[in-house]
Amino acid sequence: MDKRLPIEVRWHGRGGQGVVTASRILASAALKGGYYLQSLPDFGAERSGAPIAAYTRISETPVIDRGPVYEPDAVIVLDASLIGQVDVETGLVANGTIIVNTANPDSPALKRLQLKPGQQLWTVDASQIAIELIRRNVPNTPILGVFARCFSVLDIDTMSHAIDELMSETFPPNIVEANLKALRLGHDQAKKIEVEVGANA
Amino acid sequence: MTTTQKQGQKPSSGITLPPAQAINGGEAVAYAMRQIDPEVVAAYPITPQTFIIEKFSEYVADGLVNTEYINVESEHAAMSACVGATAAGGRAQTATSGPGLALMYEMLWVASGMRLPIVMHLCSRSFSAPLNILCDHSDVMGMRESSWPMLIGSSPQEAYDQAVAMPTIAENKSVLLPVANVLDGFTVTHSVERVEVLPDEVVKEFAGEYEPDIWALQPGSTATFGTLDANDFYFEHKRQQVEAMKNSLEVVRTQLNAVGEITGRPMNLVEEYLMDDAEIALVVLGSSEGMVRAAIDQARADGIKVGMVRIRLFRPFPVADVRKALEGIGAVGVLDRAIAFGTPGNGLLQDLATSTRTMPDRPLLMDFVYGLGGRATPKQLFRQAVDEVLNMNETRVEPDEPAYLGLK
Amino acid sequence: MPEQQSSERPLWQQIQPGGIGVNPGSTERVQTGDWRTEVPVIDFERCTHCMICWVDCPDASFEVANAKLIAVDLKHCKGCGICAQVCPVKCIEMVPDSAENRETTDVNSGNGASSESAR
Repeated sequence: MDKRLPIEVRWHGRGGQGVVTASRILASAALKGGYYLQSLPDFGAERSGAPIAAYTRISETPVIDRGPVYEPDAVIVLDASLIGQVDVETGLVANGTIIVNTANPDSPALKRLQLKPGQQLWTVDASQIAIELIRRNVPNTPILGVFARCFSVLDIDTMSHAIDELMSETFPPNIVEANLKALRLGHDQAKKIEVEVGANA
Repeated sequence: MTTTQKQGQKPSSGITLPPAQAINGGEAVAYAMRQIDPEVVAAYPITPQTFIIEKFSEYVADGLVNTEYINVESEHAAMSACVGATAAGGRAQTATSGPGLALMYEMLWVASGMRLPIVMHLCSRSFSAPLNILCDHSDVMGMRESSWPMLIGSSPQEAYDQAVAMPTIAENKSVLLPVANVLDGFTVTHSVERVEVLPDEVVKEFAGEYEPDIWALQPGSTATFGTLDANDFYFEHKRQQVEAMKNSLEVVRTQLNAVGEITGRPMNLVEEYLMDDAEIALVVLGSSEGMVRAAIDQARADGIKVGMVRIRLFRPFPVADVRKALEGIGAVGVLDRAIAFGTPGNGLLQDLATSTRTMPDRPLLMDFVYGLGGRATPKQLFRQAVDEVLNMNETRVEPDEPAYLGLK
Repeated sequence: MPEQQSSERPLWQQIQPGGIGVNPGSTERVQTGDWRTEVPVIDFERCTHCMICWVDCPDASFEVANAKLIAVDLKHCKGCGICAQVCPVKCIEMVPDSAENRETTDVNSGNGASSESAR
């Protein structure tokens, strides 16, 4: 089920959901894992609610590509309402993984994804976890838990360590603690969805 | 190309490295600035330079540096403050981007004309209008004749390594010029990568102290700075700057080597990739190097003998090094990330054409404009450029006009 | 600016880089008095020695001894007339520059103390 390195990730979300932070946490976790890394935000007009993207690259050799990820191994969607508005699945590699934050795994939005055989779809209600534990809709840490479940190169402890270190710089301990719980809950609650191949073809 | 140390490994000089950092180019530069601890930093915030100044302000607020940080009202004032601070005898640094550089343009020439070794970190950005905050080299080209040695890195790691070397280049007695450490906006400033940093004491020892011969706040000094030259000696002072720029080339080489020896990551004035058996080449500046190398790898897989030359020292232009790199090359594609409107060739093409014009078998040149205003240039486009250069090598006809990569 | 005193013009290799003036007193050596078309004449009968002219003179040309204004240094007075404008009792008059008019005020012409002793 699992892709080895190098891994290229493309993040989709809306301004304010912590897309850039999530990408950065993933990159920091990669550093903890002893890998080369890159986290590159795709900057347009930065405003709350606007669709934004970010890219994470993890590799055993220095990362020299500095630009968008065109053929991601993983696509992570922090807001399911983007599906249909943005071609989130564009370029996803043949055995790639797409992770979507949604309350409803049967949602019609997911049916709109143009997935191919071999590609995997995972969902998690990351917003619900975030609101419950962090009291704000910042679904980025729970969804990192799903990434750790799908890609064994970075286990949940490495991810946890990275979040702890990065967030402790700016947040009080109770918020950091809540995020660490959210990470594990995301990991545990992630669901693999059977993809209806070519359902929409 | 640079090699990167694994965490915990010892570099060639045998020092123990601090842990590698996952930081972006802006933070990497601020990290080096903290270690150098200049007497004065004066800057005005502008995207995409912001990370440098935000991070450095934190260092100031946290008392980690002794720097006098001056919040100025504009970039013109930022450079003016650096001019004053350096003339007074301090070590001063600033950072800016595109439009900010344009606003300090007058003072760029004052800084170099007064021979003040200021360090500026330039986060390359396009010029408006229409409004654009993203990367191209319009600002880099805009200051290329202002008597500032300019180094252009390709990664956060190089931005850091160059930042360590910069003061020692500027303050060398045979140079005494302000210097620019260029890092591409967003693709380097905002790219979080693995950056190997040096221990504070190693950087402090390397950078040493700024020791001017004459400074305004020297006790008992009777020196006057910023005097009138008019038509008496202005010409002669400009001729001196020509010499200082020439001198800076070997100083840059020496200081990059010195930093490279400490870090184990060699840096050259001109970096080559697969040039040994190359018949054609692409020439590039800055962070697009990675995509170009990927395109070169693809073309090599298709049996095309192509290599890449990346010019790190943009000013003074390393003519001899470039000619050496291009010896025996039949055709060269020059990648320009800015337009020199109305000129017979864009900036880098002009430099290449002038540098190679007296070579016995000079390579044919064709210009490619790419990446203006942050337009992403995927490797497929650079791969197309390789094909066009290959074709020119066969037809032996140089086009008059540039090609525009990725233009809609 | 170069500080060489010889009549030979120095070459580009010989001058101070950056135009830094390294020797003091270059302002004193430049005789801005050459630029003058008008000269200030002071009516010492009415002068209150308030020293406002001394403060405002851009070329520091007012000579003072024992807290009294005594003369104008015409080697450096360029005749700008600021002193006449600022004088509260209007005892300074700008008149066409001539040998005769200069006699009355020039510290270097023998009227009043010499520049050296005034300092």
